[in-house]
Amino acid sequence: MKRILFAAGMALLLVAAVGAEEIKPAVVFDMGGKFDKSFNEGIYNGVEKFRMETGIEYGEFEVTNEAQREQALRNFARRGYNPIIAVGFGQAPALDKVAAEFPDTSFSIIDMVVDQPNVQSIVFKEHEGSFLVGMIAALASETGKVGFVGGMDIPLIRRFACGYEQGVMFVNSDAQVYQNMTGTTPAAWNDPVKGAELAKSQFDRGADIVFAAAGGTGLGVLQAAADGGKLSIGVDSNQNYLHPGSVLTSMLKRVDVAAYDVFKTAMDDTWEAGIKDLGLAEDGVGWALDENNDSLITDEMAARVEAARAAIVAGEMSVHDYMASNSCAY
Amino acid sequence: MQANRDVSVEVVKGSIHGIIGENGAGKSTLMSILYGFYRADSGSVEIDGRTAAIHSPGDAIAAGIGMVHQHFMLVEPLTVLENVLLGAEGGPLLRDGVRQARDDLDRLERDYGLEVDVDAAVGGLPVGIQQRVEILKALYRGAETLILDEPTGVLTPQEATDLFRILAALKKQGRTIILITHKLREIMAITEQVTVMRRGSVVADVRTADTSREHLAELMVGRKVLLRVDKGAAQPGEVLLEARNLEAVDDTGVRRLKDVSLTVRRGEILGIAGVAGNGQSELLEVLCGIRKPASGELEVNGHVLWSGQERTDARRVRRIGLAHIPEDRQRMGLVTAFTAGESSILGYQGDAAFNGPILLHRRRVVSACQRQMHEYDVRPPDPLLLSSGFSGGNQQKIIVARELDRDPEVLLIGQPTRGLDIGAIESIHRRIIELRDRGKAILLVSVELDEILSLSDRIAVMFDGAVAGEVAAEDATEQLLGGLMAGLGNN
Amino acid sequence: MATADAGFGLPRWAVNGLLPLVNLVAAFAVSGIVILILGESPVEAVVALVRGAFGFREAWGYTLYYATNFIFTALAFSIAAHCGLFNIGGEGQGYIGGLGVGLACLYLDVLPFFLLVPVAIVGGALFGAAWAWVPAYLQARRGSHVVITTIMFNFIAATVMVYLLVNVLIEPGQMSPQSRDFAEHARLPAMHDMMGWLGIDFPRTPLNAAFIWALACAGLVWVYVWHTRWGYELRTVGANPDAAVYAGISPARNIVRAMVISGALAGMMGLNEVMGVNQRLLLNFTAGYGFVGIAVSLMGRNHPVGILVASLLFGALYQGGAELAFEMPRVSRELVVVIQGLVIMFVGALEFLFLPAFRPWLQKRRQAASAAAAAAEQE
Repeated sequence: MKRILFAAGMALLLVAAVGAEEIKPAVVFDMGGKFDKSFNEGIYNGVEKFRMETGIEYGEFEVTNEAQREQALRNFARRGYNPIIAVGFGQAPALDKVAAEFPDTSFSIIDMVVDQPNVQSIVFKEHEGSFLVGMIAALASETGKVGFVGGMDIPLIRRFACGYEQGVMFVNSDAQVYQNMTGTTPAAWNDPVKGAELAKSQFDRGADIVFAAAGGTGLGVLQAAADGGKLSIGVDSNQNYLHPGSVLTSMLKRVDVAAYDVFKTAMDDTWEAGIKDLGLAEDGVGWALDENNDSLITDEMAARVEAARAAIVAGEMSVHDYMASNSCAY
Repeated sequence: MQANRDVSVEVVKGSIHGIIGENGAGKSTLMSILYGFYRADSGSVEIDGRTAAIHSPGDAIAAGIGMVHQHFMLVEPLTVLENVLLGAEGGPLLRDGVRQARDDLDRLERDYGLEVDVDAAVGGLPVGIQQRVEILKALYRGAETLILDEPTGVLTPQEATDLFRILAALKKQGRTIILITHKLREIMAITEQVTVMRRGSVVADVRTADTSREHLAELMVGRKVLLRVDKGAAQPGEVLLEARNLEAVDDTGVRRLKDVSLTVRRGEILGIAGVAGNGQSELLEVLCGIRKPASGELEVNGHVLWSGQERTDARRVRRIGLAHIPEDRQRMGLVTAFTAGESSILGYQGDAAFNGPILLHRRRVVSACQRQMHEYDVRPPDPLLLSSGFSGGNQQKIIVARELDRDPEVLLIGQPTRGLDIGAIESIHRRIIELRDRGKAILLVSVELDEILSLSDRIAVMFDGAVAGEVAAEDATEQLLGGLMAGLGNN
Repeated sequence: MATADAGFGLPRWAVNGLLPLVNLVAAFAVSGIVILILGESPVEAVVALVRGAFGFREAWGYTLYYATNFIFTALAFSIAAHCGLFNIGGEGQGYIGGLGVGLACLYLDVLPFFLLVPVAIVGGALFGAAWAWVPAYLQARRGSHVVITTIMFNFIAATVMVYLLVNVLIEPGQMSPQSRDFAEHARLPAMHDMMGWLGIDFPRTPLNAAFIWALACAGLVWVYVWHTRWGYELRTVGANPDAAVYAGISPARNIVRAMVISGALAGMMGLNEVMGVNQRLLLNFTAGYGFVGIAVSLMGRNHPVGILVASLLFGALYQGGAELAFEMPRVSRELVVVIQGLVIMFVGALEFLFLPAFRPWLQKRRQAASAAAAAAEQE
């Protein structure tokens, strides 16, 4: 007991001594691990960038089972780490408990809302970004048929699908959108073979563009499109470079920026609790245009998409959020 | 434990030398040292006057020693030739070795009368022939000295006679033979010199011509023993066990019992003779409730078994007054991994005497076992010792005590003295006679013809699943029974 | 005579105590080399591991929480092993057992707490037992090997749970396939709550009342296996099926009985995870505890006391391993798995690796002892 008190005291001292300029950040990755080529890795890239720039080391932990989420968050909090990022919606119940125990520690959770006064909940308007890439798909499609391959069938992915569909229909109300989910368990995030199969079946039905919102599974989708001479749309980070000339664009979801910002704002003392809903306006989502795909995107396409984007940002147009009603009726 | 203590044995080249002793006297250990399985802590082995360093069976073979084990070391699916070749292939390609071996085997077979079809699969050969293959194997490797460990245990009398003829031929060619056995008759029949061992030491080394069976038995046991069983005439009463036209098939569907009819009366011993594997085991299994007969009727102590009215299992058969001392005590009679106390309730674990509503009272089990151990002179009398820690004779006593403790009316006894020493055999034989005289009906299965002859009041011989003949004990001779056992004649 | 009997001619303390200990040390030594290659200090790593497992009260909480799972699954394995069966299905039986617990907590929560707990226990036991019954029946009556069938049933269990959680039990609007949280009274009290009632301050950990039930189960298994006639029959079938038939004991019936009890015990792992820790049904809560239970049981010589000790060790490895990864970022979670694997390998698979090294010494000791006893007797 004495030792714990001592450690706690030391932690307080450290926090006090370091003050505002030096922070002691930490991140708890989820079960996928930090090198999952997807969501966790995006976070990892963000915090690594922070470390490179500032030289500030951060604590990290990769959980291997349910019980460790709470344990890891508490461990970091008790040792005076601040702020602490909880990666993924799976950590929400654990964070809810731990945040209440450590009211002086700042927590940020990605992709989920936790209602505590010292928690910053970072969520993304994936439907807005998906709307734009849906528009691009409809503009580029020659057959008027486009596809969507989701990872695990959860409301979050349906939100992608629903925004995408709206974007397609906005351009071409006669278009057809094929939707497939890879699976119903977390394994669906990492099944590139099945992703490729689903993409091929959509191509067989006439689709010429497919949007993959499926983590590691999406790599198979992109590969199938490249092999079949079709077009694909990447997700989360800019995946245009994977198959130049075949990846039409990528729907960007800047978890790396979000994670970086958590540490950065904490260092600048501008970190705030509450919900950060990052959409087009905040540059939390978007679409990617670079040298790998500029030949695929005509100026006219870019102009139309940018116009829609501006309209959404200005609030003149809104994209229906699947999770607001648990349905895609818009 | 010291298994061999200051043992010195001299074997004359070109002779047949017997080594005799009770189980655990150290015969097998001595031979294992000679063959390189174990290493002696001190002492030396000399062959032809030169000290031989034998650290492995390979060294032994190189030194000209061959061994025929009690349990054959053969690969059953392979042919005789392949078995002989095993470990002596003579190069990476088999072809040359095979040709060489075929020639050599032909010569060996001619020289010693060891006729074997070299291309037959070993698994399909009778045991007597399998033993010849073992001998051929040893000779093929150039054995000058041949050690045979209990070679007649699995043979019919006729096969044993054949073996002795072969051994005599080998001797004539100048080979040396060491015969390990506990059968006095064999020692007297073919050895020239005999070494008697007791408790790890050599107690006598005598010329066979100068000794007698009684004398050797006394040397082995260390006291005077009666080789004959004293028994009065049987007083048969009513029939307690009656089998009519029993048929049974084994798990692979082979017919094992063919139209077997038997009766056993109160106060008599029915001996079942036969070479092992001729249906005796299946007969015991049907009688004791383990194996369901394909057809036929069975009545034990007034109860009809296997009739379909009531389920028959070993437990029910026990309850109607039948006890069973199984043929293989280690495989069936007790659980070697259990303590003696636990083994002493096998089959009776549900008895009210040991059980509460839920708990099995170990203290009651232990005290009951303690009592049985004193009554039957089990050594050491320790119910908490593992069953595997007892000698064969004491294991058998634990089983006998357990089965007799509930005073059964009908008793099935399989191979009661297999592997036991003379002292233990004597006491078990006495007890069987005593049970008969107390009015029990006893069915005795044994492959030891001597045992059948000395205990039974009537003798049935089984061959190939059927009763080949039944004779009264007075009329039985070894020749008559031997013929029946080999499936030759009928009476 | 120097024959090789089951005890290897060695005293029990050597086989059950000394050899496992030596193996453990060897496993740590090899792990130390790996850590050294990574450029960390093995000594510091061991200190961090041990301190992380036992150094403070929260560590104890987590260690014992993991141990709870291992006790259940190892007991499950051991009782089947006593009947000569190799039940690899603890994972699936625990999974389905957890389903039974979860269904009780979700749909019978009109019951008050003191009724709901026994109902949930029975539910978990029944579901786990039912999942073990099918392979048991196939083994007993059809001769299909339980090793094969229980492995397959692990997969079937996983698929069934996915189907149920994704399509039936999922709380609408949830991201991951999981049920709603159980009602407040449909949860096992956590250790920190129970200690709180006693006025003792205990940190918040997943350790809960299931731990006490695990200890009770260890006691019950001990009584059942060694102090009832059913346990006697079960062990007879396991040790010598021929002797069992001879004794009128039905191997088939005992195989089914042993497997059903085994499945019920494995189902209790679900009780700990579902009702004690997560307090809702979710995917993959078994997290391999069913498989680790096999190693735990083997290490504990299939005896409840040994299993308690081995469970504590494995609990410590899990918890200490997590702390180690925490303290030394270069010791990744994969390396922690390597250390755990080394312990399993040395203690389980290479059980008798060091036996030849010790045999002469032990035999000398024994000879000296018996010689002394003989001398004393003669005086």
